[in-house]
Amino acid sequence: MNEFDAMYREVILDHYKNPRGHGEIEDADAQAEGQNPLCGDEVAIYVEFGPDGETIEDVKFRGRGCAISQAATSMLTEMVKGRSATEVASLPRDELLDEVGIPLTPIRLKCALLGLGVLKVALHKAKGTPLPEEWAGVDELQIS
Amino acid sequence: MAVSSGVKLDARALRADFPILARPMGGKPLAYLDSSNSSQKPRQVMDAEREYYETSYANVHRALYELGEKATAGYEGARETVRAFLNAETTREIVFTRGATEALNLVAYAWGLDNLGPGDLVVATELEHHSNFVPWQFIAGRTGAEFAVVPANEHGELELEALDELAARGTVKVVAVGYVNNSLGTVNPVERIAGWAREQGAITVVDACQAAPHRRIDVQALGADFVAFTGHKMCAPTGIGVLWGRRELFERMSPFGLGGDMIRSVSVEKTTWNELPQKFEAGTPPFAQAVGLAAAIDYLEAAGFEAIEAHERDLLEYTLGRLGELPQVKVWGPPAERRGGIVSFDVAGVHPHDVAQILAYDGVAVRAGHHCTQPLMTRLGVPATTRASFYLYTLPEEIDRFVEGLHRVTKTFA
Repeated sequence: MNEFDAMYREVILDHYKNPRGHGEIEDADAQAEGQNPLCGDEVAIYVEFGPDGETIEDVKFRGRGCAISQAATSMLTEMVKGRSATEVASLPRDELLDEVGIPLTPIRLKCALLGLGVLKVALHKAKGTPLPEEWAGVDELQIS
Repeated sequence: MAVSSGVKLDARALRADFPILARPMGGKPLAYLDSSNSSQKPRQVMDAEREYYETSYANVHRALYELGEKATAGYEGARETVRAFLNAETTREIVFTRGATEALNLVAYAWGLDNLGPGDLVVATELEHHSNFVPWQFIAGRTGAEFAVVPANEHGELELEALDELAARGTVKVVAVGYVNNSLGTVNPVERIAGWAREQGAITVVDACQAAPHRRIDVQALGADFVAFTGHKMCAPTGIGVLWGRRELFERMSPFGLGGDMIRSVSVEKTTWNELPQKFEAGTPPFAQAVGLAAAIDYLEAAGFEAIEAHERDLLEYTLGRLGELPQVKVWGPPAERRGGIVSFDVAGVHPHDVAQILAYDGVAVRAGHHCTQPLMTRLGVPATTRASFYLYTLPEEIDRFVEGLHRVTKTFA
Protein backbone atom coordinates (compact mmCIF):
# COMPACT_ATOMS: atom_id res chain seq x y z
CA MET A 1 0.00 0.00 0.00
CA ASN A 2 1.49 3.36 -0.96
CA GLU A 3 1.44 6.46 1.23
CA PHE A 4 -1.54 7.93 -0.55
CA ASP A 5 -3.74 4.87 -0.15
CA ALA A 6 -2.60 4.53 3.44
CA MET A 7 -3.67 8.02 4.46
CA TYR A 8 -6.81 8.36 2.42
CA ARG A 9 -8.03 4.85 3.08
CA GLU A 10 -11.68 4.10 2.57
CA VAL A 11 -12.67 4.24 6.23
CA ILE A 12 -11.25 7.76 6.62
CA LEU A 13 -13.04 9.01 3.55
CA ASP A 14 -16.23 7.32 4.70
CA HIS A 15 -16.12 9.00 8.13
CA TYR A 16 -15.30 12.33 6.47
CA LYS A 17 -18.16 12.14 4.00
CA ASN A 18 -20.65 10.57 6.43
CA PRO A 19 -19.60 11.75 9.87
CA ARG A 20 -21.12 9.79 12.77
CA GLY A 21 -22.46 11.76 15.66
CA HIS A 22 -22.67 14.95 13.67
CA GLY A 23 -24.75 17.69 15.24
CA GLU A 24 -25.25 19.52 18.52
CA ILE A 25 -26.80 18.56 21.83
CA GLU A 26 -28.91 21.26 23.40
CA ASP A 27 -28.20 21.80 27.11
CA ALA A 28 -25.21 19.47 26.88
CA ASP A 29 -23.69 18.33 30.18
CA ALA A 30 -20.22 18.94 28.82
CA GLN A 31 -19.02 20.90 25.83
CA ALA A 32 -15.93 22.55 24.43
CA GLU A 33 -14.54 23.74 21.16
CA GLY A 34 -11.15 24.12 19.65
CA GLN A 35 -9.25 24.85 16.53
CA ASN A 36 -5.99 24.11 14.88
CA PRO A 37 -4.80 27.57 13.85
CA LEU A 38 -2.33 26.18 11.36
CA CYS A 39 -4.97 24.37 9.32
CA GLY A 40 -8.11 26.21 10.29
CA ASP A 41 -9.67 22.95 11.48
CA GLU A 42 -12.51 23.55 13.92
CA VAL A 43 -14.32 21.12 16.18
CA ALA A 44 -16.99 21.60 18.85
CA ILE A 45 -18.06 18.61 20.94
CA TYR A 46 -21.20 18.13 23.03
CA VAL A 47 -21.64 15.37 25.62
CA GLU A 48 -24.72 14.13 27.42
CA PHE A 49 -24.24 12.03 30.54
CA GLY A 50 -26.56 9.23 31.65
CA PRO A 51 -28.56 9.36 34.93
CA ASP A 52 -25.42 8.32 36.83
CA GLY A 53 -23.78 11.58 35.71
CA GLU A 54 -20.82 9.54 34.53
CA THR A 55 -21.68 7.40 31.53
CA ILE A 56 -21.33 9.13 28.17
CA GLU A 57 -24.81 8.51 26.87
CA ASP A 58 -24.54 10.64 23.78
CA VAL A 59 -21.81 12.64 22.10
CA LYS A 60 -22.05 14.83 19.04
CA PHE A 61 -19.76 17.18 17.19
CA ARG A 62 -19.82 19.84 14.59
CA GLY A 63 -16.80 21.12 12.76
CA ARG A 64 -15.10 21.88 9.55
CA GLY A 65 -11.64 21.07 8.41
CA CYS A 66 -9.52 18.49 6.71
CA ALA A 67 -10.53 14.87 6.22
CA ILE A 68 -8.17 13.69 8.95
CA SER A 69 -9.50 16.03 11.66
CA GLN A 70 -13.15 15.43 10.86
CA ALA A 71 -12.86 11.67 10.30
CA ALA A 72 -10.86 11.19 13.51
CA THR A 73 -13.47 13.12 15.49
CA SER A 74 -16.23 11.06 13.91
CA MET A 75 -14.41 7.84 14.87
CA LEU A 76 -13.89 9.22 18.36
CA THR A 77 -17.61 9.71 18.95
CA GLU A 78 -18.22 6.04 18.10
CA MET A 79 -15.35 5.00 20.31
CA VAL A 80 -16.43 6.75 23.50
CA LYS A 81 -20.19 6.37 23.51
CA GLY A 82 -21.27 4.28 26.50
CA ARG A 83 -17.94 4.59 28.29
CA SER A 84 -17.33 6.42 31.56
CA ALA A 85 -16.40 10.09 31.47
CA THR A 86 -13.52 9.55 33.89
CA GLU A 87 -12.02 6.86 31.70
CA VAL A 88 -12.39 8.88 28.50
CA ALA A 89 -10.97 11.99 30.16
CA SER A 90 -7.67 10.15 30.38
CA LEU A 91 -8.00 8.10 27.21
CA PRO A 92 -4.54 7.39 25.81
CA ARG A 93 -4.21 9.12 22.48
CA ASP A 94 -2.79 5.97 20.91
CA GLU A 95 -6.15 4.32 21.36
CA LEU A 96 -7.62 6.84 18.92
CA LEU A 97 -4.58 6.85 16.66
CA ASP A 98 -4.70 3.04 16.39
CA GLU A 99 -8.31 3.30 15.32
CA VAL A 100 -7.51 6.01 12.78
CA GLY A 101 -4.78 3.66 11.65
CA ILE A 102 -2.87 5.82 9.20
CA PRO A 103 0.68 7.14 9.16
CA LEU A 104 0.68 10.77 10.27
CA THR A 105 3.28 13.47 9.85
CA PRO A 106 3.70 15.81 12.85
CA ILE A 107 1.45 18.41 11.21
CA ARG A 108 -1.31 15.93 10.48
CA LEU A 109 -1.02 14.44 13.97
CA LYS A 110 -2.46 17.70 15.28
CA CYS A 111 -5.37 17.32 12.90
CA ALA A 112 -6.04 13.79 14.11
CA LEU A 113 -5.90 14.73 17.80
CA LEU A 114 -7.97 17.91 17.69
CA GLY A 115 -11.28 16.18 18.48
CA LEU A 116 -9.79 14.17 21.32
CA GLY A 117 -8.31 17.28 22.87
CA VAL A 118 -11.62 19.10 22.68
CA LEU A 119 -13.51 16.14 24.17
CA LYS A 120 -11.08 15.87 27.08
CA VAL A 121 -11.34 19.57 27.81
CA ALA A 122 -15.14 19.29 27.74
CA LEU A 123 -15.08 16.38 30.21
CA HIS A 124 -12.55 17.94 32.55
CA LYS A 125 -14.46 21.20 32.56
CA ALA A 126 -17.68 19.40 33.40
CA LYS A 127 -15.99 17.42 36.18
CA GLY A 128 -13.95 20.32 37.43
CA THR A 129 -10.70 18.37 37.12
CA PRO A 130 -7.45 19.72 35.69
CA LEU A 131 -6.47 18.84 32.14
CA PRO A 132 -3.70 16.22 32.25
CA GLU A 133 -0.23 17.15 31.09
CA GLU A 134 -0.16 15.07 27.97
CA TRP A 135 -0.39 17.58 25.21
CA ALA A 136 3.22 17.61 24.08
CA GLY A 137 3.20 17.92 20.31
CA VAL A 138 -0.28 19.34 20.13
CA ASP A 139 0.44 22.55 21.99
CA GLU A 140 -0.48 24.71 19.04
CA LEU A 141 -4.09 23.68 19.32
CA GLN A 142 -6.37 26.32 20.80
CA ILE A 143 -8.97 24.64 22.89
CA SER A 144 -11.43 26.30 25.20
CA MET B 1 0.20 46.03 -18.30
CA ALA B 2 1.25 45.08 -21.77
CA VAL B 3 4.25 42.87 -21.85
CA SER B 4 6.31 43.89 -24.81
CA SER B 5 9.62 42.22 -24.98
CA GLY B 6 11.21 40.30 -27.73
CA VAL B 7 13.28 38.40 -25.19
CA LYS B 8 11.67 35.13 -24.24
CA LEU B 9 12.61 33.30 -21.12
CA ASP B 10 14.13 29.86 -21.51
CA ALA B 11 12.85 28.34 -18.29
CA ARG B 12 14.15 24.90 -19.20
CA ALA B 13 17.70 26.22 -19.53
CA LEU B 14 17.44 28.34 -16.36
CA ARG B 15 16.46 25.27 -14.34
CA ALA B 16 20.01 23.99 -14.67
CA ASP B 17 20.95 26.83 -12.30
CA PHE B 18 18.63 25.52 -9.55
CA PRO B 19 20.08 22.24 -8.25
CA ILE B 20 17.17 21.52 -5.92
CA LEU B 21 14.69 21.33 -8.79
CA ALA B 22 16.40 18.15 -9.99
CA ARG B 23 15.91 16.40 -6.64
CA PRO B 24 12.94 14.07 -6.37
CA MET B 25 10.39 14.56 -3.58
CA GLY B 26 9.01 11.37 -2.06
CA GLY B 27 10.35 9.41 -5.03
CA LYS B 28 8.58 11.62 -7.60
CA PRO B 29 10.07 14.39 -9.72
CA LEU B 30 9.56 17.69 -7.94
CA ALA B 31 7.05 20.17 -9.32
CA TYR B 32 7.70 23.21 -7.13
CA LEU B 33 4.64 25.45 -7.32
CA ASP B 34 5.22 27.29 -4.05
CA SER B 35 7.54 30.12 -5.05
CA SER B 36 5.31 32.84 -3.59
CA ASN B 37 5.95 31.18 -0.26
CA SER B 38 9.68 31.08 -0.89
CA SER B 39 11.64 30.76 -4.10
CA GLN B 40 14.41 28.30 -4.84
CA LYS B 41 17.98 29.56 -5.23
CA PRO B 42 20.24 29.52 -8.27
CA ARG B 43 23.87 28.45 -7.99
CA GLN B 44 24.94 32.00 -8.88
CA VAL B 45 23.45 33.29 -5.61
CA MET B 46 24.83 30.50 -3.48
CA ASP B 47 28.23 30.88 -5.17
CA ALA B 48 28.28 34.64 -4.58
CA GLU B 49 27.58 34.17 -0.89
CA ARG B 50 30.13 31.39 -0.55
CA GLU B 51 32.77 33.33 -2.45
CA TYR B 52 32.20 36.32 -0.19
CA TYR B 53 32.66 34.13 2.88
CA GLU B 54 35.76 32.57 1.34
CA THR B 55 37.46 35.74 0.16
CA SER B 56 35.99 38.88 1.71
CA TYR B 57 34.68 38.10 5.13
CA ALA B 58 35.11 40.16 8.28
CA ASN B 59 32.67 42.39 10.08
CA VAL B 60 31.54 45.46 8.15
CA HIS B 61 31.95 49.15 8.99
CA ARG B 62 34.61 48.71 11.66
CA ALA B 63 37.54 46.48 10.72
CA LEU B 64 40.68 48.45 9.84
CA TYR B 65 42.29 45.70 7.83
CA GLU B 66 41.91 44.67 4.22
CA LEU B 67 39.38 41.90 4.75
CA GLY B 68 37.13 44.29 6.62
CA GLU B 69 37.38 46.80 3.78
CA LYS B 70 36.51 44.13 1.23
CA ALA B 71 33.58 42.99 3.35
CA THR B 72 32.28 46.55 3.62
CA ALA B 73 32.76 47.11 -0.09
CA GLY B 74 30.71 43.98 -0.80
CA TYR B 75 27.93 45.06 1.52
CA GLU B 76 27.79 48.64 0.26
CA GLY B 77 28.03 47.37 -3.31
CA ALA B 78 24.92 45.30 -2.64
CA ARG B 79 23.19 48.44 -1.40
CA GLU B 80 23.99 50.16 -4.70
CA THR B 81 22.59 47.17 -6.62
CA VAL B 82 19.35 47.46 -4.65
CA ARG B 83 19.24 51.23 -5.22
CA ALA B 84 19.55 50.77 -8.97
CA PHE B 85 16.97 47.95 -8.91
CA LEU B 86 14.44 50.26 -7.22
CA ASN B 87 15.52 53.41 -9.06
CA ALA B 88 15.95 55.12 -5.71
CA GLU B 89 17.69 58.49 -5.63
CA THR B 90 20.39 57.51 -3.18
CA THR B 91 21.71 54.53 -1.23
CA ARG B 92 20.91 56.48 1.94
CA GLU B 93 17.32 55.50 1.29
CA ILE B 94 18.13 51.78 1.23
CA VAL B 95 17.95 50.10 4.63
CA PHE B 96 18.77 46.41 4.89
CA THR B 97 16.62 44.45 7.31
CA ARG B 98 16.20 40.80 8.18
CA GLY B 99 13.12 40.60 6.01
CA ALA B 100 10.02 42.50 5.00
CA THR B 101 8.34 41.86 8.35
CA GLU B 102 11.12 43.67 10.17
CA ALA B 103 11.04 46.45 7.55
CA LEU B 104 7.31 47.02 8.02
CA ASN B 105 7.58 46.85 11.81
CA LEU B 106 10.36 49.43 11.57
CA VAL B 107 8.05 51.90 9.83
CA ALA B 108 5.08 51.15 12.09
CA TYR B 109 7.14 51.68 15.24
CA ALA B 110 9.64 54.33 14.24
CA TRP B 111 7.25 56.46 12.19
CA GLY B 112 3.96 55.46 13.80
CA LEU B 113 4.75 55.98 17.47
CA ASP B 114 5.83 59.58 16.86
CA ASN B 115 3.25 60.58 14.28
CA LEU B 116 -0.02 58.95 15.28
CA GLY B 117 -2.57 59.86 17.91
CA PRO B 118 -6.27 60.19 18.69
CA GLY B 119 -8.29 61.47 15.73
CA ASP B 120 -5.86 59.92 13.24
CA LEU B 121 -6.81 57.11 10.93
CA VAL B 122 -4.51 54.26 9.97
CA VAL B 123 -5.72 52.51 6.82
CA ALA B 124 -4.69 49.02 5.75
CA THR B 125 -6.54 46.82 3.27
CA GLU B 126 -8.55 43.65 3.54
CA LEU B 127 -6.00 42.10 1.18
CA GLU B 128 -2.97 42.74 3.38
CA HIS B 129 -0.56 40.09 4.50
CA HIS B 130 -0.52 40.07 8.29
CA SER B 131 2.90 41.74 8.24
CA ASN B 132 1.48 44.96 6.77
CA PHE B 133 -1.72 44.70 8.80
CA VAL B 134 -0.94 43.62 12.35
CA PRO B 135 1.86 46.17 13.02
CA TRP B 136 -0.49 48.99 11.98
CA GLN B 137 -3.40 47.64 13.97
CA PHE B 138 -1.11 47.35 16.98
CA ILE B 139 0.54 50.76 16.70
CA ALA B 140 -2.84 52.41 16.08
CA GLY B 141 -4.01 50.83 19.33
CA ARG B 142 -0.91 51.98 21.17
CA THR B 143 -1.25 55.59 19.99
CA GLY B 144 -5.03 55.96 20.18
CA ALA B 145 -5.41 56.24 16.41
CA GLU B 146 -8.28 54.50 14.65
CA PHE B 147 -7.55 51.48 12.46
CA ALA B 148 -9.64 50.84 9.36
CA VAL B 149 -9.43 48.75 6.21
CA VAL B 150 -10.17 49.31 2.55
CA PRO B 151 -12.62 46.50 1.79
CA ALA B 152 -12.11 43.98 -0.99
CA ASN B 153 -14.82 42.60 -3.25
CA GLU B 154 -15.52 38.89 -3.79
CA HIS B 155 -12.86 38.77 -6.52
CA GLY B 156 -10.23 39.97 -4.10
CA GLU B 157 -9.93 43.46 -5.58
CA LEU B 158 -9.94 46.61 -3.50
CA GLU B 159 -13.06 48.76 -3.46
CA LEU B 160 -11.39 52.11 -3.91
CA GLU B 161 -14.69 53.98 -3.82
CA ALA B 162 -14.59 53.31 -0.08
CA LEU B 163 -11.51 55.49 0.34
CA ASP B 164 -13.31 58.80 0.58
CA GLU B 165 -15.77 57.38 3.12
CA LEU B 166 -12.80 56.34 5.22
CA ALA B 167 -11.35 59.83 5.04
CA ALA B 168 -14.51 61.16 6.68
CA ARG B 169 -13.73 59.13 9.80
CA GLY B 170 -10.54 60.90 10.75
CA THR B 171 -7.28 62.37 9.55
CA VAL B 172 -5.78 59.69 7.34
CA LYS B 173 -2.12 59.39 8.29
CA VAL B 174 -1.05 56.03 6.87
CA VAL B 175 -2.17 53.86 3.99
CA ALA B 176 -0.62 50.39 4.14
CA VAL B 177 -1.07 48.44 0.93
CA GLY B 178 0.44 45.43 -0.80
CA TYR B 179 1.65 45.80 -4.36
CA VAL B 180 0.72 42.25 -5.36
CA ASN B 181 -1.43 40.24 -2.98
CA ASN B 182 0.14 36.98 -1.88
CA SER B 183 -3.01 34.87 -1.57
CA LEU B 184 -4.77 35.64 -4.83
CA GLY B 185 -2.17 37.49 -6.85
CA THR B 186 -4.24 40.68 -7.14
CA VAL B 187 -2.13 43.54 -8.52
CA ASN B 188 -3.27 46.64 -6.66
CA PRO B 189 -3.31 50.10 -8.27
CA VAL B 190 -0.62 51.31 -5.91
CA GLU B 191 0.18 54.51 -7.77
CA ARG B 192 -3.44 55.58 -7.62
CA ILE B 193 -3.70 54.72 -3.93
CA ALA B 194 -0.46 56.55 -3.14
CA GLY B 195 -1.77 59.58 -5.01
CA TRP B 196 -4.94 59.55 -2.94
CA ALA B 197 -2.93 59.15 0.26
CA ARG B 198 -0.75 62.12 -0.64
CA GLU B 199 -3.88 64.26 -1.11
CA GLN B 200 -4.87 63.31 2.45
CA GLY B 201 -1.42 64.18 3.75
CA ALA B 202 -0.86 60.51 4.55
CA ILE B 203 2.14 58.30 3.92
CA THR B 204 1.86 55.15 1.80
CA VAL B 205 3.63 52.01 2.97
CA VAL B 206 3.91 49.37 0.27
CA ASP B 207 4.54 45.69 0.89
CA ALA B 208 6.25 44.70 -2.36
CA CYS B 209 7.21 41.13 -1.41
CA GLN B 210 5.20 39.55 -4.22
CA ALA B 211 6.10 42.25 -6.72
CA ALA B 212 9.87 42.57 -6.41
CA PRO B 213 10.60 39.00 -7.59
CA HIS B 214 8.50 39.38 -10.72
CA ARG B 215 8.37 42.94 -11.98
CA ARG B 216 10.40 46.09 -12.14
CA ILE B 217 9.69 48.52 -9.31
CA ASP B 218 10.41 52.20 -9.71
CA VAL B 219 10.00 53.81 -6.30
CA GLN B 220 10.13 57.31 -7.75
CA ALA B 221 7.29 56.57 -10.19
CA LEU B 222 5.26 54.68 -7.59
CA GLY B 223 4.71 57.74 -5.43
CA ALA B 224 4.82 55.78 -2.18
CA ASP B 225 6.83 56.76 0.91
CA PHE B 226 8.07 53.37 2.05
CA VAL B 227 8.52 50.16 0.09
CA ALA B 228 9.48 46.89 1.75
CA PHE B 229 10.39 43.54 0.26
CA THR B 230 12.14 40.37 1.26
CA GLY B 231 14.98 38.55 -0.45
CA HIS B 232 14.00 34.92 -0.06
CA LYS B 233 11.07 35.13 -2.46
CA MET B 234 13.34 36.48 -5.21
CA CYS B 235 16.10 33.87 -5.40
CA ALA B 236 18.08 35.46 -2.56
CA PRO B 237 19.03 33.91 0.80
CA THR B 238 16.75 33.98 3.83
CA GLY B 239 17.30 36.61 6.50
CA ILE B 240 17.66 39.63 4.21
CA GLY B 241 15.07 42.25 3.36
CA VAL B 242 14.96 45.84 2.23
CA LEU B 243 13.18 48.95 3.35
CA TRP B 244 13.26 51.86 0.97
CA GLY B 245 12.04 55.12 2.44
CA ARG B 246 12.03 58.76 1.46
CA ARG B 247 15.13 60.36 2.83
CA GLU B 248 13.34 63.30 4.45
CA LEU B 249 11.07 60.89 6.34
CA PHE B 250 13.93 58.66 7.41
CA GLU B 251 15.83 61.71 8.63
CA ARG B 252 12.97 62.90 10.81
CA MET B 253 12.28 59.45 12.27
CA SER B 254 13.57 58.06 15.52
CA PRO B 255 15.53 54.84 15.21
CA PHE B 256 13.85 51.46 15.65
CA GLY B 257 16.50 48.97 16.71
CA LEU B 258 19.07 50.37 19.13
CA GLY B 259 22.60 49.16 19.61
CA GLY B 260 25.83 48.88 17.68
CA ASP B 261 26.52 50.60 14.34
CA MET B 262 23.45 52.85 14.49
CA ILE B 263 25.03 55.40 16.82
CA ARG B 264 27.31 58.38 16.28
CA SER B 265 28.35 58.77 19.89
CA VAL B 266 27.29 57.31 23.19
CA SER B 267 27.80 58.74 26.62
CA VAL B 268 26.05 58.31 29.93
CA GLU B 269 24.25 61.60 29.32
CA LYS B 270 23.34 61.34 25.67
CA THR B 271 23.43 59.17 22.56
CA THR B 272 23.28 60.49 19.02
CA TRP B 273 22.41 58.59 15.88
CA ASN B 274 24.51 57.57 12.92
CA GLU B 275 23.69 58.94 9.48
CA LEU B 276 21.39 57.18 7.02
CA PRO B 277 21.06 54.33 6.38
CA GLN B 278 23.10 53.02 9.35
CA LYS B 279 20.74 54.80 11.75
CA PHE B 280 18.26 52.02 11.01
CA GLU B 281 20.70 49.12 10.93
CA ALA B 282 21.42 48.28 14.55
CA GLY B 283 23.80 45.44 15.22
CA THR B 284 25.82 43.38 12.78
CA PRO B 285 23.61 43.32 9.69
CA PRO B 286 23.00 40.25 7.48
CA PHE B 287 25.66 41.47 5.10
CA ALA B 288 26.64 38.18 3.47
CA GLN B 289 22.94 37.72 2.74
CA ALA B 290 22.85 41.22 1.26
CA VAL B 291 25.60 40.15 -1.14
CA GLY B 292 23.44 37.14 -1.98
CA LEU B 293 20.50 39.45 -2.61
CA ALA B 294 22.57 41.57 -4.98
CA ALA B 295 23.57 38.41 -6.87
CA ALA B 296 19.88 37.46 -7.06
CA ILE B 297 18.97 40.86 -8.48
CA ASP B 298 21.76 40.50 -11.05
CA TYR B 299 20.45 37.04 -11.92
CA LEU B 300 16.88 38.28 -12.36
CA GLU B 301 18.02 41.32 -14.36
CA ALA B 302 19.96 39.00 -16.67
CA ALA B 303 16.85 36.86 -17.18
CA GLY B 304 14.88 40.08 -17.70
CA PHE B 305 11.94 41.22 -15.60
CA GLU B 306 9.79 41.74 -18.70
CA ALA B 307 10.56 38.18 -19.78
CA ILE B 308 9.82 36.83 -16.29
CA GLU B 309 6.50 38.63 -16.23
CA ALA B 310 5.57 37.37 -19.69
CA HIS B 311 6.55 33.80 -18.79
CA GLU B 312 4.42 33.87 -15.66
CA ARG B 313 1.50 35.40 -17.55
CA ASP B 314 1.64 32.52 -20.04
CA LEU B 315 1.70 29.99 -17.20
CA LEU B 316 -1.16 31.75 -15.45
CA GLU B 317 -3.36 31.73 -18.53
CA TYR B 318 -2.48 28.11 -19.23
CA THR B 319 -3.34 27.13 -15.65
CA LEU B 320 -6.63 29.01 -15.59
CA GLY B 321 -7.55 27.32 -18.86
CA ARG B 322 -6.73 23.85 -17.65
CA LEU B 323 -8.54 24.32 -14.34
CA GLY B 324 -11.65 24.87 -16.44
CA GLU B 325 -11.62 21.07 -16.92
CA LEU B 326 -12.57 20.65 -13.29
CA PRO B 327 -16.06 21.91 -12.43
CA GLN B 328 -15.35 21.20 -8.74
CA VAL B 329 -12.56 23.78 -8.72
CA LYS B 330 -13.39 27.39 -7.96
CA VAL B 331 -10.57 29.82 -8.62
CA TRP B 332 -10.42 32.92 -6.44
CA GLY B 333 -9.09 36.26 -7.52
CA PRO B 334 -9.22 38.75 -10.37
CA PRO B 335 -8.84 38.05 -14.10
CA ALA B 336 -5.38 37.25 -15.46
CA GLU B 337 -4.66 40.79 -16.63
CA ARG B 338 -4.83 42.07 -13.06
CA ARG B 339 -2.96 39.32 -11.26
CA GLY B 340 0.51 37.93 -10.81
CA GLY B 341 1.54 34.29 -11.19
CA ILE B 342 -0.61 33.03 -8.33
CA VAL B 343 -3.65 30.75 -8.48
CA SER B 344 -5.63 30.26 -5.30
CA PHE B 345 -8.56 27.90 -5.43
CA ASP B 346 -11.07 25.76 -3.64
CA VAL B 347 -12.00 22.15 -4.46
CA ALA B 348 -15.63 21.59 -3.53
CA GLY B 349 -15.96 19.47 -0.40
CA VAL B 350 -12.22 19.03 0.11
CA HIS B 351 -10.13 20.88 2.68
CA PRO B 352 -7.05 22.62 1.22
CA HIS B 353 -4.78 20.53 3.44
CA ASP B 354 -6.11 17.36 1.90
CA VAL B 355 -5.67 18.83 -1.57
CA ALA B 356 -2.08 19.80 -0.82
CA GLN B 357 -1.32 16.45 0.80
CA ILE B 358 -2.60 14.44 -2.15
CA LEU B 359 -0.69 16.68 -4.58
CA ALA B 360 2.43 16.18 -2.46
CA TYR B 361 2.22 12.42 -3.00
CA ASP B 362 2.65 13.19 -6.69
CA GLY B 363 5.68 15.39 -6.03
CA VAL B 364 3.69 18.60 -6.53
CA ALA B 365 4.45 21.25 -3.88
CA VAL B 366 1.70 23.82 -3.26
CA ARG B 367 0.70 25.88 -0.24
CA ALA B 368 -2.50 25.31 1.69
CA GLY B 369 -3.64 27.58 4.46
CA HIS B 370 -4.71 31.14 5.12
CA HIS B 371 -1.44 32.50 3.66
CA CYS B 372 -1.18 35.00 6.54
CA THR B 373 -4.19 36.84 5.14
CA GLN B 374 -6.94 35.92 7.57
CA PRO B 375 -9.00 39.09 6.96
CA LEU B 376 -9.09 38.20 3.25
CA MET B 377 -10.06 34.59 4.00
CA THR B 378 -12.88 35.90 6.17
CA ARG B 379 -13.98 38.18 3.33
CA LEU B 380 -14.06 35.22 0.94
CA GLY B 381 -15.81 33.08 3.54
CA VAL B 382 -13.22 30.29 3.59
CA PRO B 383 -10.84 29.17 6.34
CA ALA B 384 -8.07 28.52 3.83
CA THR B 385 -7.29 28.03 0.17
CA THR B 386 -4.88 25.95 -1.85
CA ARG B 387 -2.41 28.06 -3.79
CA ALA B 388 -0.11 27.32 -6.70
CA SER B 389 2.45 29.97 -7.57
CA PHE B 390 4.92 30.28 -10.40
CA TYR B 391 8.35 31.67 -11.05
CA LEU B 392 10.87 31.95 -13.81
CA TYR B 393 11.79 28.25 -13.57
CA THR B 394 8.23 26.91 -13.70
CA LEU B 395 7.36 24.70 -16.69
CA PRO B 396 3.98 24.01 -18.33
CA GLU B 397 4.40 20.28 -17.69
CA GLU B 398 4.51 21.03 -13.97
CA ILE B 399 1.10 22.65 -14.39
CA ASP B 400 -0.04 19.49 -16.18
CA ARG B 401 1.06 17.34 -13.25
CA PHE B 402 -0.65 19.72 -10.87
CA VAL B 403 -3.92 19.45 -12.82
CA GLU B 404 -3.61 15.65 -13.02
CA GLY B 405 -3.16 15.64 -9.25
CA LEU B 406 -6.34 17.67 -8.87
CA HIS B 407 -8.18 15.06 -10.93
CA ARG B 408 -6.98 12.50 -8.40
CA VAL B 409 -8.20 14.71 -5.55
CA THR B 410 -11.68 15.01 -6.99
CA LYS B 411 -11.80 11.25 -7.74
CA THR B 412 -10.71 10.42 -4.19
CA PHE B 413 -13.35 12.59 -2.62
CA ALA B 414 -16.10 11.93 -5.17
